[in-house]
This record gives sequence, structure tokens and C-alpha cells, in this order.
Amino acid sequence: MAMSEPGDAVTATSGAAPCALAIEVRDLVKTFGEVRAVRGVSFQVALGEVFGFLGPNGAGKTTTINMLCTLTRPTSGEARVAGFDVVRQRDEVRRNIGLVFQDPTLDGYLTAAQNLRLHAELYGVRSDLVAPRMQQVLRMVGLWERRDAPVSTFSGGMRRRLEIARGLMHSPRVLFLDEPTIGLDPQTRRSIWGYIRELKEQEEITIFMTTHYMDEAEWCDRIAIMDHGEIVALDSPQALKAAIGTDRVTIQTDDDDAAIEALERHFGIRARRSEGAVAFAVAAGERFVPRLFSELDVPIRAVSVSRPTLDDVFMSYTGTTIRDAEEDQSRHRNRVMMQMMSGGRR
Amino acid sequence: MSEHGTEPTATHSAQAPGDGSAPVATADRAASADRAASVDRHAAADHPADGRADGAPHAAAGHPVVRVSVPERSLSSELRAIRIVWRRELIRYRTDRMRMVTTLVQPLLFLFVLGAGLNRLSSAGTHGVDLMTFIYPGILAISVLFTAMFSAASIVWDREFGFLREMMVAPVRRSSIVVGKCLGGATVASIQGIVVICLAGAVHVPYDPLMIIEVFALQLLLAFSITAFGVMVAVRIRQMQSFMGVMQMIITPMFFISGALFPVSGLPTWLGVLNRFDPLAYAVDPMRRIVFSHLSISPLARAALDRGITWFGWRVPTLLEAATVVALGLIMLTIAIVEFSTID
Repeated sequence: MAMSEPGDAVTATSGAAPCALAIEVRDLVKTFGEVRAVRGVSFQVALGEVFGFLGPNGAGKTTTINMLCTLTRPTSGEARVAGFDVVRQRDEVRRNIGLVFQDPTLDGYLTAAQNLRLHAELYGVRSDLVAPRMQQVLRMVGLWERRDAPVSTFSGGMRRRLEIARGLMHSPRVLFLDEPTIGLDPQTRRSIWGYIRELKEQEEITIFMTTHYMDEAEWCDRIAIMDHGEIVALDSPQALKAAIGTDRVTIQTDDDDAAIEALERHFGIRARRSEGAVAFAVAAGERFVPRLFSELDVPIRAVSVSRPTLDDVFMSYTGTTIRDAEEDQSRHRNRVMMQMMSGGRR
Repeated sequence: MSEHGTEPTATHSAQAPGDGSAPVATADRAASADRAASVDRHAAADHPADGRADGAPHAAAGHPVVRVSVPERSLSSELRAIRIVWRRELIRYRTDRMRMVTTLVQPLLFLFVLGAGLNRLSSAGTHGVDLMTFIYPGILAISVLFTAMFSAASIVWDREFGFLREMMVAPVRRSSIVVGKCLGGATVASIQGIVVICLAGAVHVPYDPLMIIEVFALQLLLAFSITAFGVMVAVRIRQMQSFMGVMQMIITPMFFISGALFPVSGLPTWLGVLNRFDPLAYAVDPMRRIVFSHLSISPLARAALDRGITWFGWRVPTLLEAATVVALGLIMLTIAIVEFSTID
């Protein structure tokens, strides 16, 4: 590979003021009528970071992302993306961001290559760089060989991968991914995370994404947990888990009721039944196991100790699991809908 | 910078990813990219193992990084946007063969079935002119009408399938998207119009080059205006069914009242008034005048069939009629742009 001289390099900056932060958000609020979708969030994302927004559906993640992408005007507050104000410098923001939406936005009549070319033309990518850039991004998502096939023949996973490739066509400084892996099979989800890691290694890009998959949030450098329009926790996944300070211990016993009662009596631990076993949280789980065997008078058949997961983190901040939160949401929606259909308030 | 340094074949993974100094594309390198791409196609054929297109995560081999940049918005970038939106319409038209056929069915039915069927009834009033010849100019106009409406409908379609969003978030003016769309619709409709022009011989109209040019120019103007009108309506509508319904409601009366199927002189007063307010009439009338000026028919027939639109007894000249079509088109284009710019 021939070395390129620094002088003939095509730079990726497009006249943006240099800044150390990719995203800067202060007291961002969005209300739709009486619904306060986002209630004053503030955070900063550093250049080159993979930043995740985690929360159940309806927590305000998409509304926040839409405000950062200039698609929705904030009710109040301030946000800067790639150094530009999302309200006053919409165009500059748009030139510097790539977007992958939750809902598909490809033209099924066109081929993969035609979709990317259309994007490049809309963004004014220099004509002689369109073909090589297209090749790079299509190779990255493994669709180079399918470039001349109409998108209508693509599977859901292939479409999502193509959307990611398209979002990268103009070398954005910040890539927004709104639930990029929702509804995909585990294999495709894994490969999408592969691209994101690869991207991080190869290009100076900041990635901002939303997800409600706990296991995916683990991949992020930092995550913000969002609930009811507010950020309830923000840190690296490791730090968030460490902050919980307890491990989860699960035991199988001959008599679960007696075990729960004995745990309460001997150790002051409140245990609960969980999937045919007894589960409880305790600090330094491994060191606790020997005491458990010597002091608990109920025969124990099996023990497992696990580190806290993001599920536990989510639980500790919101008091519910992400799945329950979503069921609540949909129940609430159903109730609202029923009320609307039956003629409003009664 | 040597050429062989640019071969992006599948075996180049030796290049270290993540060292931060990944090579950045240069102009001369890009110039050879097309060749590299064609080389690569052979490479892929030689190594079918690399041809897997779906499924397994791609090994994190360092694909050569090509950096591009998005320039400031300028006139040339807006023109590029207009051109690509226009081209998309053409590509979609080319791939949608059914549409070429279906949008032609209705005009041809009117021309041949209605024309031939009613010919015997009307022969007394047409002074020896075949009814098909008479309604042919009208068909020239409405063939464009249906296709242009279809093109405008694709905005609703794009919204339903999400693609509209891709265009809305691009750093280009909304007006560029609307103009590109209207030009695309006008081009596609004019292609359909050419098919109808080709049928002139079948209805006893001579293939006069001047007439063909004039008719085609008029079709282009009409197609642009109709697409602008369609886009104006489509921006407000979110579902395809509603759009089709609204269009039926507007298009059919416009078509019937325009005088495509009957002479506009000596109509009952109410119909005559409606006719003068029908924008399509100002496309049908000059179309008929152009075609009839190339026919050799009796003055009596000409007087009966081609009296044209009058404003308080004054016959509106062809150029003014064409200008009316253009003016209406521009007004609707402006409304469409304003509407399009205000939606999220």
C-alpha cells in the first residue's frame, strides 16, 4: 500500500469549528401538548465515544434523538452536535451527522448502489469519491456483492445493514442509530455490533444510539438510562454495575419456604422465589457462600453467584425491569385508547 | 501514489485497522477506483467464498478508508439534488413496466373505444371528420395528465414507506426536492405522451415535424404543471387510498369539462363557464388548434369543431393559453414548496 502524502489528503472536516465534544445537551425539554416526552436532560458525549441511550419504549429516547438530528424542535433547552446548534445551525448539523432510523427509509425500487448514490448526491459528496466510498461502506456491511440487486429483494437484516452503510456514505462525524438492531435475529445483531466496533477503529466517528436490549448496552462506552423522559443514571456499564455493589445469589434447596425464612432470620436478607429457586442480593457473593453452608439449616442442593447485570442496574434505578416497564407502557396506551374510543373521560 | 496500491480486493486485510493512520483517499486514487472495482468483480468471481452476501458477520478486515466531505450548501449542490431526484423518478419509471402500460390504458380506451363507438352517432355534427381525429388532441393532453398524477402520487408512497424522510433530512433545500420531483414527473409523463403522439397516423393526423414539436412542448408544460398540482395535494395526504380518491374526485371532472371530448363552443352556459375555469381546458384547446392546423378539413368542420376558448367573445390566443398553463403550474409549484418546507 503506497503511503499517501499528508498534503494530498482529503480532509473530512467541513468547515466545522473544532470542538472536543461531539454532543453537548443542556436542559433539553420537549412537550407534545400536555405530554412531557423529555423532561430536561443534560449530558455530553466525547469525540469517538459509543454512547447508548437505554430505556423502555416511550421513555423519550427517540424524541431526544430527533431533537439532536434537527428533526424535532426542542421546546426549551440547548443542544449542540458536532459543535453546531441544533436549532440555529440545522444545515451544519445535518451535514455532519448520519442517521439510521427505526423505520426503514430505503427506496425498494432502487438497487443498493442506487440508494447510496442518491444519498451521496443529496449530500454533495465529491463525484470522484462516491464510487470508492460506496465500495468501502458496502464491503463493511457485507453487501458489496449485492449492490446491483433491488432493495425490495433484501431481507430485513440486509436492509438495516444497507441503511447503516448509507448513513456512513458522507463520512459523518456523528452517527445516530435509533434502535438499529430492533427486530433482527441474533446473528445480524452481532454483525451490526461488529461494524460499529470496526467503524470506531477505522474512522473518527462518534456513535449515538438507542436500544432497549440490555446485552447491547454492554457494548457502549457509556450509557444513559432513561425513564419517563429523564436520565436516571449515566456512566460506563462497568461503573453502573459496580455501583450496585451487590451480587445476585441463587440457591436451590429442599424447602424453599424454610430457606427464605431462615435467610431473613440469620442474615437479615430478603430473598424471593425466582424460577423454582430462591434468589437474593448480597455484597461480595463468593465470600458469603461458605457462611451460607455453615449457618443455614436448610439443605442446599445448588448455588450460583452472578455479577449484577444491566438489568439489575435498570431495576435499581427505575424499580422495575425493562420488560415490565414496557408492558406498563402498552397497558397505559391501551387504556388511553379505550378511553378515547368510549368517548373520553368518565 | 501508485495504482496497484488501490486494489480493494478481498485479500488486502494485511492493512492494520485501528492504527489511526488509515490511508485517506486522494483524488488520483479515486480516479482509478472504477478500474479497481472492475478488477474486483473478477476477483469476487474467482473466489466465490467471498461472495456471501448475507448472514455471517464480516471479518473485521480493514477496508480501505475513503474519507469524503459534505460541502457547504451552494447552487451547484442544489442542482445536484434536483438532478438526482429527477433521475430517481426516471429509474423508478424504467423499473416499473406495469405503470407504463396501466397509465396508457385509459387514454387509449377513450380514443379508440369511445371514439370509434360514438363516431356513428356524431358523424352528422363533425362534418365528415372522424370523431377519433377530433378527440385525439384531448387524448394527447390527458395521457400526460394520468401519468403526471401518478408521479406526484409517489410522494405519498415515499411517505408511507419512509423514504421521504431520507430526502427531508438531507442538507438541501426542500424546494430542490420539489422541483426535482416535478421535473421527473414531467419527463416521465412526456415519455408517455410520445407514445400517444406516435399514434397520430391511426387517427388520420399527419406526422408533421413542426406539429410534433409543438405538441410535445405543450405536453411538457402541462405535465410539469400537473405534477406540481399533484405534489401540492400529495404533501397534505398521508395515505395512498385517500390520495387516489382525492385525485379521482379532481381529475375526472377536470378531464370531462376540459373539452377533450367535445367542442367548447355552444355549450350550455353553466358548462361553458366551468370550462373556462378548468385549467386543463387551456392545454386541450391549444393542443387541438395545433393538430387541426395540420389537417385538411372543410372550413365548416373547422368552424364547428375548433372554435376554441373565448373570453367574452375574444378568442384566447395559443400562447396566452400556454402561458396560463405555465402560470398555474408555477403558482402550484410555489404552494407545494411552501407546504413541503413546513412539514417535519
